[in-house]
Amino acid sequence: MSNPEEEKKPKAEVAVQKQINRRNFISFGTFAVLGVAAFGGWKSLYNSAIETTGITGGAHKPLRRALNKSELFFRNFFSNNHLVKTYPKSMAAKKVRQNTNIGSDSKLDADNWRLQVKKLSGEVLAITLDEIKSLPKTDLVFDFKCVEGWDQIQHWGGVRFVDFVEHFGLEPETKLNYVGMETPDKGYYVGLDMDSAMHPQTILAYEVNDMPLPVGHGAPLRLIIPVKYGIKNLKRIGSINFSNHRPHDYWAEQGYDYYSGL
Amino acid sequence: MKTIKEKHSLVMRWTHWVNFPILTVMIWSGMLIYWANDEYKITIFGHTYVRFFPDWYYNLLHIPARLAEGMAFHFLFMWFFTLNGIFYVAYTIISGAWRELVPQKKSWKEAWLVLLHDLHIRKMAPPQNKYNAAQRIAYTAIIVMGIGSVITGLAIYKPVQFYYLTWLCGGYHFARIIHFALTLGYVFFFVIHVVQVVIAGWNNFRSVISGFEVVNTDAPKKLAKDE
Repeated sequence: MSNPEEEKKPKAEVAVQKQINRRNFISFGTFAVLGVAAFGGWKSLYNSAIETTGITGGAHKPLRRALNKSELFFRNFFSNNHLVKTYPKSMAAKKVRQNTNIGSDSKLDADNWRLQVKKLSGEVLAITLDEIKSLPKTDLVFDFKCVEGWDQIQHWGGVRFVDFVEHFGLEPETKLNYVGMETPDKGYYVGLDMDSAMHPQTILAYEVNDMPLPVGHGAPLRLIIPVKYGIKNLKRIGSINFSNHRPHDYWAEQGYDYYSGL
Repeated sequence: MKTIKEKHSLVMRWTHWVNFPILTVMIWSGMLIYWANDEYKITIFGHTYVRFFPDWYYNLLHIPARLAEGMAFHFLFMWFFTLNGIFYVAYTIISGAWRELVPQKKSWKEAWLVLLHDLHIRKMAPPQNKYNAAQRIAYTAIIVMGIGSVITGLAIYKPVQFYYLTWLCGGYHFARIIHFALTLGYVFFFVIHVVQVVIAGWNNFRSVISGFEVVNTDAPKKLAKDE
């Protein structure tokens, strides 16, 4: 006697098995293809060409593009109202960390030092330290952050860049997009977007812990810009210039983000 | 007779497998960054037990002196990590899949029973739907950790612009420690996860690629006949 149920069963079972095999084939096939594609994509990114060094350098081309795009995105959040947290003087480090002396390792000629400011008119201001010191002084005790990952609460004193700009009548220059600063020997140089330079906590510092800057910390005048990593805080400023294009930047040439904003 | 039982949606499978290589790149590039200031260690009563990371480990993975490269990779893949995470969370909310995922009141007690069962101390596991209580906790925790990584990451990345996030994370130092600890958490999760998947077997593993499990419907029928 034949049981219709039993005859049907194998047929249905075969159909299910077929469907299982089919779906396994499609899904595992897709998985393998996408997996290989992803690996290939990674390989080509990892081995992608390094940019030719211009204003920036040292980074894989696609990664540099990503850094620049990320900069554009995060610049939307920048505001002069966003101030770096400040601390009481008593919390400032007595022994201020010193990482490098690139650009300020030659002997400082303090008597002949002048801050050269290149104006749009072509005129070059040569400003003495005393002139800068005669401007209102601003003290800033904040957490200095290094791109390497360390940070330290430090106490700096000097003139705010906005006050400096106002005193020397540099408003037309600040309509441009960037500020460039260089050491006298041009061994170290930074480029800053104008917004960051004009941030109310950006200072041209001539004191640390209420004492004149020692050579290791950028005597006679250095940049303290809390909205940037330490790599942008140029020591021993020799000249300042303004531009609509990115000025050259020491660490951006070494593969670091040009913006390096905090 | 064998039947196909749908288990994992395409979105769940996609985000799961996309996340794996992205997180790998994030952890690797994170180590390139961490190397530049590798200050964390576990010290108890003056004795250092673990230093992150030993030199042989750094050298084996070619980690030293690649900070700029590490940052460049990290700040590209952070976008993929975040977007993939948002996609997954949005999907679970819209589809209602969160109901199977979020721990319930009883999950905390049940998870303990699941653990005892997995360790072969207890014979019976508590009844479950798609995920057991321990899975609910683990798979929700890993999402919370992911959100934590993004928030602590932003707190370190833009501590001035996102000062409120840095404050929320207990400051710059603490945010960095959480960011690091969460990464250790992923590695720990990964090890447990893989062991569990291996133990659970092929049918379970396949479901995360093909979406379905094969269920043998004969067994319950026989039981019915025996009754």
